[in-house]
Amino acid sequence: MADLHFLANPARFRRFSQRVLPGLGFATVLMLGVGLYMAFFVAPADYQQGQTVRIMFVHVPSAWLSMGGYALLAVLGASLLVWRHPLAALMARAAAPVGASFAAVCLLTGSLWGRPMWGTYWVWDARLTSMLLLFFLYLGHIALSRAYDDSGRGDRAAAILALVGVINLPIIKFSVDWWNTLHQPASVTRLDAPAIHNSILVPLLWMAVSLLFLFVWLVLLRTETEIDRRRLEVADQTQ
Amino acid sequence: MIGFLSLLRRDLRLVWRRPGDVGVVLAFFVVAVVLFPLGIGPETNVLTRIAAGVLWCAALFAALLSLERLFAADYEDGTLDLLLLAPWPLELAALAKCGAHWIVTGLPLSLLAPLLGVAFGLEPESLFILFVTLLVGTPALSLTGGLAAALTLGARKSGALLALLALPLCVPTLIFGAGAVEALAMGEGIVTHVAILAALALVALATMPWAIAAALRQAGE
Repeated sequence: MADLHFLANPARFRRFSQRVLPGLGFATVLMLGVGLYMAFFVAPADYQQGQTVRIMFVHVPSAWLSMGGYALLAVLGASLLVWRHPLAALMARAAAPVGASFAAVCLLTGSLWGRPMWGTYWVWDARLTSMLLLFFLYLGHIALSRAYDDSGRGDRAAAILALVGVINLPIIKFSVDWWNTLHQPASVTRLDAPAIHNSILVPLLWMAVSLLFLFVWLVLLRTETEIDRRRLEVADQTQ
Repeated sequence: MIGFLSLLRRDLRLVWRRPGDVGVVLAFFVVAVVLFPLGIGPETNVLTRIAAGVLWCAALFAALLSLERLFAADYEDGTLDLLLLAPWPLELAALAKCGAHWIVTGLPLSLLAPLLGVAFGLEPESLFILFVTLLVGTPALSLTGGLAAALTLGARKSGALLALLALPLCVPTLIFGAGAVEALAMGEGIVTHVAILAALALVALATMPWAIAAALRQAGE
């Protein structure tokens, strides 16, 4: 935690991020390049699903990152409300659209994958529905943080929403699972293979790590932008 | 406790002197429900099948519609500042406001829904369960929506924003509320549904007043 407190000062954070960002961006591009090459050319096509299984290498890490992103919003919200970290608000503002984008990518790739596999772009499957609700929670957070003329108000309101949302997420997930079993949907081909072969698992984890790099890089870059924007606002007001 | 009761009484008296505000919400509920047969068609078996879901969704929308003004008037005329300065906990004030909202919205909606259910061809048993689930579930809607109302105080486009914030959080209540009536129709036990619905309402009762108070405090800053 000591390191996080050290970064709570925006000026210090900016010095840190300026040192880290170029290397991180380079690493992200390199990792993603290698990961996509593995996903497209090295990993074998599935004997049942054919080439479409390659969608998984983007789809599954996006799902993980969108869930992790909401947890990040909750942690940032807590540190804004408890310690009044000036940086937490800016970083939450920067991270929410990134997390929402990963949720959207997860939904879109899942939909494109569902068409050849399940014969439909959308089924009211429990996991699809809870991901959609997570996307709506992100939208609420983004809209709320930008709904006030006083940006500090929006930041604190969004922080409370993120904390309530993260408590509610397991309840929503549980109730959607329940709802799904109640409605007894047409049996959907499950993708939970008992064990994933290494030839698939290694590219998947590689892609997960490279997309995590992308996530961190985007959030840091956007946080820098938010700091600059807030400085301009203050400069405008003082003139 | 005195503060809680007097605030509750004040809110109820305000509504009592202008009963039209509640009337509009109930009229919206009735009109919204009546639109469904017009849009879907008059086949009774289809309507009976979707009745619980339609009534629950309409009740949710009607509750949200009336929530926008829950704290807005107090925020504009300065009552909220007095509540913030008052010697009793703000959490109790939040609970009193949501309680008053439930008495003038949730309770009448629960009573009205079975009447409309008759028009959808629901059996007497289902009508009773519909009443029970709404009675148990609407407090959760008032409390969750109350948080959304407190968070959007003074925001631009607060009405649409309130719905965007509250609807995903109300999903569990909707699922178990409408699910109970459906489970009854399929010949399953409904005790689990009502018990989980009650649990959701109690969790909301135990957590939301604090979240609402936190939201009101940052609105008053």
